[in-house]
Amino acid sequence: MAQLSIEGNTVKKKNSSSLFIRFLKQWEIQLMVLPGLILIFIFSYIPMYGVLTGFKDYNIIKGFVASPWVGFKHFELFFNSPDFSRVMRNTVLLSLLKFVIGFPAPILLALMLNEVKNMYFKRIVQTVSYLPYFLSWVIVAGFFTSMLATDNGSVNIALEKANLIDQPINFLSISNYFWTILITANVWKDIGFASIVYLAAIAGVDPHMYEAAEMDGASRLKQMFLITLPSIMPVVIIFMILAVGNLLNAGFEDILLLGVNPLLRDVSDVIDTYVYRVGIQNGRYAYATAVGLFKGIISVGMLVIANYLARRSGNSLW
Amino acid sequence: MKRLGYGDRTMVIIIYILLMMLAFTTFYPFWNAFIISFNEGKDTALGGVTFWPRQWTWENYETVFKDKRLIGAFSITVLRTVVGTITSIFATSIFAYGMTHKELIGRNYYMVICIITLYFGGGLIPTYLLIRGLGLDNSFWVYIIPSLISVWNMIIFRTFFNSLPDGLQESAKIDGCGSWGTYFRIVLPLSGPVVATLALFTAVYHWNEWFLPSIYVTNEDLIPIQTLLKQVLNTNIVTANTSSLDTASLAILGKMQSITSKSLSMAIMMVATLPIVCIYPFLQKYFVKGVLVGSLKE
Repeated sequence: MAQLSIEGNTVKKKNSSSLFIRFLKQWEIQLMVLPGLILIFIFSYIPMYGVLTGFKDYNIIKGFVASPWVGFKHFELFFNSPDFSRVMRNTVLLSLLKFVIGFPAPILLALMLNEVKNMYFKRIVQTVSYLPYFLSWVIVAGFFTSMLATDNGSVNIALEKANLIDQPINFLSISNYFWTILITANVWKDIGFASIVYLAAIAGVDPHMYEAAEMDGASRLKQMFLITLPSIMPVVIIFMILAVGNLLNAGFEDILLLGVNPLLRDVSDVIDTYVYRVGIQNGRYAYATAVGLFKGIISVGMLVIANYLARRSGNSLW
Repeated sequence: MKRLGYGDRTMVIIIYILLMMLAFTTFYPFWNAFIISFNEGKDTALGGVTFWPRQWTWENYETVFKDKRLIGAFSITVLRTVVGTITSIFATSIFAYGMTHKELIGRNYYMVICIITLYFGGGLIPTYLLIRGLGLDNSFWVYIIPSLISVWNMIIFRTFFNSLPDGLQESAKIDGCGSWGTYFRIVLPLSGPVVATLALFTAVYHWNEWFLPSIYVTNEDLIPIQTLLKQVLNTNIVTANTSSLDTASLAILGKMQSITSKSLSMAIMMVATLPIVCIYPFLQKYFVKGVLVGSLKE
């Protein structure tokens, strides 16, 4: 190490060729990062440049370069299309719902698990609740469609046995139920896994505080709200800020798989699924790229806001 | 042991009940799919199979394991998971190890280049056009090459490598080890926990990923099991409404006599899930640690 830096200093006195020589001398480690950089360039940066497709009349035969520029045509098309208001409404409301319900749920679970003193019970609940995170959305959607099916779906059977309904309900074809089902599926899948970090934060709380609170006669519920929750607040805030930057992601796989029924399109179409349907299924590449870019720009705006919030709370992201 | 007060006891009881309900609602869909996969198809269609199989049968699984297309999909998934995980862990960790060198010229620029990709991306369509332009569509390599480098994993690897004692690597250098030698002989063998965690997550990604093949791959021999399962399930859901049936999945379903589409798709679902369910309890302690390593890096 020391030798290297001395060498670096002596060469620095010479002129510009020194950098090149130093570069050659460390070819071994440069070779380690080179393949990675090339792959990142190809699979991340070329698509970023490819975003310009949204400003062209892309023709798959002519290719990217030869296709003519058309400015903001596709953006205007999107803003004026009847799809716009529907897609935007679903995207914004669904992502907000996911945030409002999906964000506190794992915190609540962690708080509850913390009150469980029986280690076996705690471990069983944790093991079971982590598991869905490791399943693909295909499987999760499969479980949900099976549970909600009209023929022998357990939910309909239970509702019929409880005399709440006479006829089985075809849940996945009625638009009123779709958002509830989608949010439930998301919480079901992620709640356990997301609670891990909060549980770790709770484990770091000084036990003396609980002892002191107990002396003062605080109930368990009070301890939960006056000691545990405030103690993990810094972690909660960091994750909340990260979630703000993610706020326009209303979902993709979950909606694609649970919203299969075309009857649901009014409530299930979000920007990402719209881009997929219009772009890949209908082949309107330029238009779909423009729509995707529109979302990207708003997302970056959200990120800047998130970072601003982060700075103010002293947890800057960059 | 202290005795709990009245209010505290009520709270604890409520919490136990809520957690039991959560565990039940999480576990029950598995269980239900599991028993339906063992129940005779026509009998299932009569309804009422909720907790135990009524007419036990292996028939569903026999059909699944006789179907060439399903066996093919299963093998492709295994192959993709093994090759994808090994190559990605190697490529990403070597990249990360290179990035830990403080004397690496351009290191800060490289890092910025990496970080930017976490926040910006070209999106679905430009990526799609690129992959097709590269001719990766309808090729096994579309599963491997684009996911070789994961910037998140690189950051986690780098954090871990940085925490290894400097002295180890210096002494290896003094003993004549180059950077590659140090990586293979010192760094990699010491990185068991982080390699295990990231390998688990990469493997789960490869096992579960179904969307890539659904847009890039039309060659049926390359379709993994999740994508196939999605086609089969969709056929069931959509049958009532549209005519856009996937003929290939119907071919599977067409063979049924006493087997119904539901019982069969439950069996396929179990085949696609059980590998994860089986390895997962053994890996739980690793990923809990791994998640914490990942979340602390900020």
